[in-house]
Amino acid sequence: MQIDKTLVMYLEKLGRIELSEEQRAACEKDLQSILDYIDTLNELDTEGVEPASHSFPVANVVREDVVTNTARADVILANAPDSREGCFAVPKTVE
Amino acid sequence: MEWEIVMGLEVHTELATKTKIFCGCSTEFGGEPNTHVCEICSGQPGTLPLLNRRVVEFAVRTGLATNCEITRKTKFDRKNYFYPDLPKAYQISQLYLPICRNGCIEVKGQDGNPKKIGIHEIHMEEDAGKLVHDEFADCTLVDYNRCGVPLLEIVSEPDFRSADEVVEYLEKLRAILQFTGVSDCKMQEGSLRADVNLSVRPKGQAEFGTRTEMKNLNSFHAIARAIEYESRRQIDLLEDGETVVQETRRWDDNKGISYAMRSKEDAQDYKYFPEPDLPPIEISDAYIEKVKAEMPELPEAKKRRYQEALGLSEYDTSILTSDLAFVRLFEATEKLCQSPKDAANWIMGEVMKLLNDSGTLPEDMTLSPEKLAAVINMVKSGKINRGTGKKVLEKVFSEDVDPETYVKENNLAQITDLSALRPVLEEVIAANEKSVSEYKGGKTQAMGYIMGQAMRALKGKAPAQEVQKLLHEMLDN
Amino acid sequence: MEILDMSALALGSAIREKQIGVREAAQAYLDAIEAQDGALHCYNTVCRDEALQRADEVQKGIDDGTYTSPLAGVPVGIKDNICTKGVKTTCSSKILSNFVPTYDATVVQKLHAAGLVTLGKLNMDEFAMGSTTETSYTGVTHNPWDLDRVPGGSSGGAAAAVAARLAPVTLGSDTGGSIRQPASFCGVSGLKPTYGAVSRYGLVAYASSLDQIGPLAHDAADCAALFAEIEGKDPMDGTSMENPKFDFAAAAAGSLAGKKIGLPADYFGEGLAPEVRAAVEAAAKTCETLGATVETFPMPIVKYAVPAYYIIACAEACSNLSRYDGIKYGYRSPNAENLMETYVKTRSEGFGMEVKRRIMLGNFVLSSGYYDAYYNKALKAKKLIQQSFFDAFEKYDMLLGPVAPTTALKLGENLSDPLKMYLGDIYTVMINIAGVPSMALPCGFDGAGLPIGMQFIGKPFCEAEILSAAAAFQQATDFHKQSPQQR
Repeated sequence: MQIDKTLVMYLEKLGRIELSEEQRAACEKDLQSILDYIDTLNELDTEGVEPASHSFPVANVVREDVVTNTARADVILANAPDSREGCFAVPKTVE
Repeated sequence: MEWEIVMGLEVHTELATKTKIFCGCSTEFGGEPNTHVCEICSGQPGTLPLLNRRVVEFAVRTGLATNCEITRKTKFDRKNYFYPDLPKAYQISQLYLPICRNGCIEVKGQDGNPKKIGIHEIHMEEDAGKLVHDEFADCTLVDYNRCGVPLLEIVSEPDFRSADEVVEYLEKLRAILQFTGVSDCKMQEGSLRADVNLSVRPKGQAEFGTRTEMKNLNSFHAIARAIEYESRRQIDLLEDGETVVQETRRWDDNKGISYAMRSKEDAQDYKYFPEPDLPPIEISDAYIEKVKAEMPELPEAKKRRYQEALGLSEYDTSILTSDLAFVRLFEATEKLCQSPKDAANWIMGEVMKLLNDSGTLPEDMTLSPEKLAAVINMVKSGKINRGTGKKVLEKVFSEDVDPETYVKENNLAQITDLSALRPVLEEVIAANEKSVSEYKGGKTQAMGYIMGQAMRALKGKAPAQEVQKLLHEMLDN
Repeated sequence: MEILDMSALALGSAIREKQIGVREAAQAYLDAIEAQDGALHCYNTVCRDEALQRADEVQKGIDDGTYTSPLAGVPVGIKDNICTKGVKTTCSSKILSNFVPTYDATVVQKLHAAGLVTLGKLNMDEFAMGSTTETSYTGVTHNPWDLDRVPGGSSGGAAAAVAARLAPVTLGSDTGGSIRQPASFCGVSGLKPTYGAVSRYGLVAYASSLDQIGPLAHDAADCAALFAEIEGKDPMDGTSMENPKFDFAAAAAGSLAGKKIGLPADYFGEGLAPEVRAAVEAAAKTCETLGATVETFPMPIVKYAVPAYYIIACAEACSNLSRYDGIKYGYRSPNAENLMETYVKTRSEGFGMEVKRRIMLGNFVLSSGYYDAYYNKALKAKKLIQQSFFDAFEKYDMLLGPVAPTTALKLGENLSDPLKMYLGDIYTVMINIAGVPSMALPCGFDGAGLPIGMQFIGKPFCEAEILSAAAAFQQATDFHKQSPQQR
């Protein structure tokens, strides 16, 4: 897999991150060497192998439909960088 | 050129569970912002989702009621995207192994024959929060009360060819969801939302045209209008030699137009992958049998039963089963007044008229079966006549009065004590000597006039047969 | 014996016998932290007042019989990615630098219920991404054996605090070796439990399918004692599992007699430092003298473990870390003027480079067009890795191997070369992928006097068996009794 600047910038965008030009160049190089190594996984024969999901056979873990929480907006908002009128506040989302 | 409209539907319905899909917060509608919110549904670091048992049960119920196959090992996946209404920045949904697949609902096709609309899949997911744009502070306020409310997304095949089919499908689907107790389907509160995928193609062409997705369709009426508008728009574009752009459009029901929405982000890559925090759900035959056994009666079965066991007509049953609110009112009233026919007639006549006149939706009706049955029983026993009954029901409907108290306080009851009638009739006879003598002279038509005078004097509160019988008794000898 | 030189169980016993007060024990550790942590930086937050207040409550509880745990009254340090109500939990990241959880992690609740006293929150690699503790936003933790060296990571603070006797026991977390590798670098013992044995509720997620909380301590018996307090199914964590009650006494007793131990040949191949190899091989011999049989067997899947690990871990991480957006908690960039800038600037300023790299790698392996070639391929590799452990456990009771290819590295040695750092995880990540438990413990020293670690890898939910093996080894050796202070 060949990494280039366009791909790095696309990955930044997907992750809502912006690198400086210097970081971007370094990241391109690092990701390339990591992916070259990761590509050795292609040597592993996985023909007919089911992808694994959970480590152990555990299923049907459910809870009852019973209300257990009480109103405590103040607690939920305690760590918010900006909150108003009982809500989290963010810069406007419509333009 | 003749054009064909091709449509598919994505219906989201909020489930009528007490709590959210992954935490113990209430799903109650309304409430102050962020009061139905905990660490889990606000995506606090370190928290984990816990699946609500009822959500699986409701999904299986819906699948069985829509002729779906139930996936025996179903899993959740994460759909990743950034938006302030989504606190974890991923929605827990199902992509790879949805809980139900390959179902159908039958509607009446354009040719009048039954037509099967395929259901591609039904999957479980969580709702997002609500954003309110605060113009004064130039910011957006985020309320997570709805965040984590369980949803089913019911995805149809692109089988619709007309707005009528769409509306009938939605009506049937809504009835199924309501009758199974899965959702209350209140469109105003957003508990039933339909997005329409629509494309047009020259009639006879096999390939689909480019489709658009329409959102914000808040009523069946809006859906029909939006389909009309969007199909016209696409046909006009194509006939003018232009192309349809694949996009999401928002319907503005006030203006009667749709417009393209700015997409949430330029590149939509949801990076779905299996949710590692939730173990899979394995659904056994025994479980499916249990859900089947506990399944509430569906509209078709109710119709059959009303006809066979209660002796109602096909027409009556189809009206009564058109809305769960009517069914609930009918079944309870029928038991209380011991007369299915009377209960049906009153609901289809007076109750529906009152709903219509006041513009009330059946689901918002406050009329209780106890009060309706009380009115019916008073009419049946002759305590009041039918005309009075209608007036009393009107008062019950508009002011929620107690029918028996109302009749008593306003002195509306029929005079059933015949001895009380005699003095009144004697007065009437005395006051109408001329007619009485005409009657006695053989002019039998004069009885009609005397009867009218008697009923007026009695203010209509006596049974007419009794009054007539008594008059004959008094005059014929 | 000085308080700081006692094992956690010995301290607990002295407290129960009223030879030492709970406050006295807490005070001794708080004083040691104050004296030494300036140079070591094991702690991000020290809960001085809270600890002393809690110590008095616990003392009452012990006196009136409320607390009966063998560890009641014993101080404990907690890795800074485990949520503590009212106490900052930063994950050593700028983006959570001001985050004060509103709830306690299940393990923290359990420690409270057992009467342990929290000393503070321990430094780590940012969001547990790293194996040196150098990616911490609060600065590196120094290895107590050599201040110019890293303590390992990501639970570097948790391991160094035990080694430097700034906590008798600590809780760490292990996603790809983050308990075992720093335990190895710092000469202490550490247990990575079976996936699902300990609740993850309240552990800030890095890679949800791999993360586990576990104990670090001076010896296997202390690890067993702390594990006994935190293990068990939790209704708040759907991936935690019911399993037979852990037998603390059997685990601490120590026995290797009759055990069949497999040495994966591929754990002793190219890249393993000769001194580490020699120490682990010598330890295998010791196991034989204690009644175990030891046999080498091939495990060729080892070379695919690191690629599979980084695909799975980064994929889950990029999703788990998307919630840090400056809206609900933590840092928000003051330079943002609209929503998109709030996201991008908050995250660009709030995350360090290693975290960004893993987020980007995760986005890559999940993005449309690459999912099958990378993420799905890694899940298939995971299946094969699980299978090879399953096969090995058909023949052996447990496996034995080195924890890391080397002893502790110099500060900055790997920081500039992420791939080199990732390759250092070769012996640990497989265990997380398979979900099995592994117990790391010291087994020697290299020429520079740095500790060497090995690990007993067990069958699922057989923590008692590997803890018992480690305890038996420690009864016969004194590597775990060495301390940097004596050297």
